[in-house]
Amino acid sequence: MEVSRELNKQANEYISHYPNDQKRSASLPLLHLLQQEHGYINEESMNWVAEKLDIEPIHVLELGTFYPGFRQTAPGKYHIRVCRTLSCAMAGCYETMEKFCEVAGIDRSRVTHHNPIAVSEDGKFSIEFAECLASCGTGPVCLIGDEFYESVNAENVAELIEKYD
Amino acid sequence: MAVPKYIKGKEPHKSEYRMIFRNVDRRGWDASIKSYIADGGYKDLKKALKMKSQEVTDEVKTSGLRGRGGAGFPTGVKWGFIPPDNKKPVYLICNSDESEPGTFKDRYIVHQDPHQLIEGMLISCYAVGAKVAYIYIREEFSEGAKILENAIEEARKKNFLGKKILGGKFNCEIFIHRGAGAYICGEETGLIESLEGKRPYPRIKPPYFPAALGLYMCPTIVNNVESLCHVKHIIAMGGQKYAKIGTPRNTGTRILCVSGDVVRPGYFEVEVGKITMGELINDVCGGLRKGRKLKGVIPGGSSAKVLRAGEKYTIGTGESERTIGINDIPMDFDTLAACGSMAGSGGVIVMDDSRDMAWILNNINTFYAHESCGQCTPCREGSLWMKKITDRMVSGAGVPSDLKTLTSVGDNIAGRTICAFGEACAWPTQSFVAKFPEDFKKHTSRRNAGKELNPESKAAAAGLKR
Ligand SMILES: Cc1cc2nc3c(=O)[nH]c(=O)nc-3n(C[C@H](O)[C@H](O)[C@H](O)COP(=O)(O)O)c2cc1C
Ligand code: SF4
Ligand code: FES
Repeated sequence: MEVSRELNKQANEYISHYPNDQKRSASLPLLHLLQQEHGYINEESMNWVAEKLDIEPIHVLELGTFYPGFRQTAPGKYHIRVCRTLSCAMAGCYETMEKFCEVAGIDRSRVTHHNPIAVSEDGKFSIEFAECLASCGTGPVCLIGDEFYESVNAENVAELIEKYD
Repeated sequence: MAVPKYIKGKEPHKSEYRMIFRNVDRRGWDASIKSYIADGGYKDLKKALKMKSQEVTDEVKTSGLRGRGGAGFPTGVKWGFIPPDNKKPVYLICNSDESEPGTFKDRYIVHQDPHQLIEGMLISCYAVGAKVAYIYIREEFSEGAKILENAIEEARKKNFLGKKILGGKFNCEIFIHRGAGAYICGEETGLIESLEGKRPYPRIKPPYFPAALGLYMCPTIVNNVESLCHVKHIIAMGGQKYAKIGTPRNTGTRILCVSGDVVRPGYFEVEVGKITMGELINDVCGGLRKGRKLKGVIPGGSSAKVLRAGEKYTIGTGESERTIGINDIPMDFDTLAACGSMAGSGGVIVMDDSRDMAWILNNINTFYAHESCGQCTPCREGSLWMKKITDRMVSGAGVPSDLKTLTSVGDNIAGRTICAFGEACAWPTQSFVAKFPEDFKKHTSRRNAGKELNPESKAAAAGLKR
């Protein structure tokens, strides 16, 4: 796999943050770089990280399959993460989720533990539940890409979605 | 230092004591080093660098500071566990994973006052002899990571960080390391494994106490964001003066995060033990919504055992022994422990009488089933079983033996696992079922036995709605 010069440079910078004999520590930062680039982590990306860090591909695969923050399938153009945990649930996040799906045209019926992401038919939006996003006082909260939103309820979801096209 | 003014509508409550959150929601304040220095920032680093490193640790010991990440362990004592004959590099890690449900305080320090954290970390690094520190920040704080990276660069330009800090002999680097959405990375040894680029499987203690065998098997101090910020203030005022804030053995301030069924949820920095649960809920947070009564409170993050309204607790010993109700509990480490729960991470989740505790527990169980790292059989299997049982209860297919089964599963996890996640996932089930049996019995009538179960269905949502 070819990566841009910029990405390679950034990867080298990350590797320099750890002792010379502990390159493996840069696995997470490198995976984040590649996820940013491609939207998810595919096999090629994992192999690239393994080669870059002189470790076995299995040691990268085991991270990709463990961390919920690494997506194993392609998300939509805008990826939405709705907090599912207690305080947000008490504030109505399950309805927020339903409304997002309705407005963005997403069918979550095939979502499972191992396949948590659902994508809209037009590929514009994808969605998943996330666990407590550490803003429990202003729930329901969600992330769209890297942008964070508070008090997102069934009434204001449609307006929020409109900002993205 | 100017007396801060706050953004309209976000002024601190009059019962608050703003030290760590002095600059949160402050009018005219931003995260830049300019704001920070104009307000007297980095003076305490200069002061600390003039002291001997052991003296800094001694001040922290004298202050009585207890960790704000969850366990409440004395910070100075922890620092003292680094083996005296150590020849290996020492690392400091700031735990900014903030993932205990109900907790939302580190977020505001990172986003609005990053230099306070960096100054606290540099002083702590100096005290423990660390030349490299990492901030392990949860992936979902991507904006926070950028702010911290920028703040580190600003500090480097002013020579507060890097080589020969402020012209002296102290060298120190701070790097940001982003997590990837796993709660178990908040557990310090899981965090260390994650930082080493491995699956975050917690290590067994003993022997792997981080202060002796931590990152790369070197002595490592892991502290919470808020704890590290306190260090700065301890150096500013001296350990003895700091110890006068709060109450004996429960010194200083701490940030309480209140969510759930109160009129004004939010974050409040108070002197430890100087405010009671009742004052917190009724005065500071404006009480419950109209017509509602208190049903229960989770006082220290979702892992803490629930307290039921109407319960009585016996606290104190000998002469000072007394019996109190839930509203009289002073919000400190020792009293909450004496009441059978814990102050934990400071996340207070309030539930009123509109809530069905089976639904609440089901939500919590879903969290733990999702987050167990899977290393220990009792935790991996048990957390899932507890979720499956409450799933079927809230879906109408519970059976009368479910209460007993739930409790016995919980009992068989706690104390039988590698890390404290075992207790964290068992305590909610153990306490909710024991304290609110009537809510669970309601779900065992077999009325919907055999129907398809879909815990994420609308019916499930309805139980948690306001
Ligand atoms: C399952 C689990 C999750 C934890 N999550 C966090 C967390 O998100 N943030 C944190 O600071 N400490 C967390 N802790 C506590 C850490 O293990 C550790 O005790 C703490 O970071 C030490 O810092 P302190 O002494 O300053 O509190 C967690 C512990 C466990 C068992
Ligand atoms: S108790 Fe649970 S989370 Fe902790 S190590 Fe064991 S399986 Fe992992
Ligand atoms: S429960 Fe949603 S942010 Fe904590």
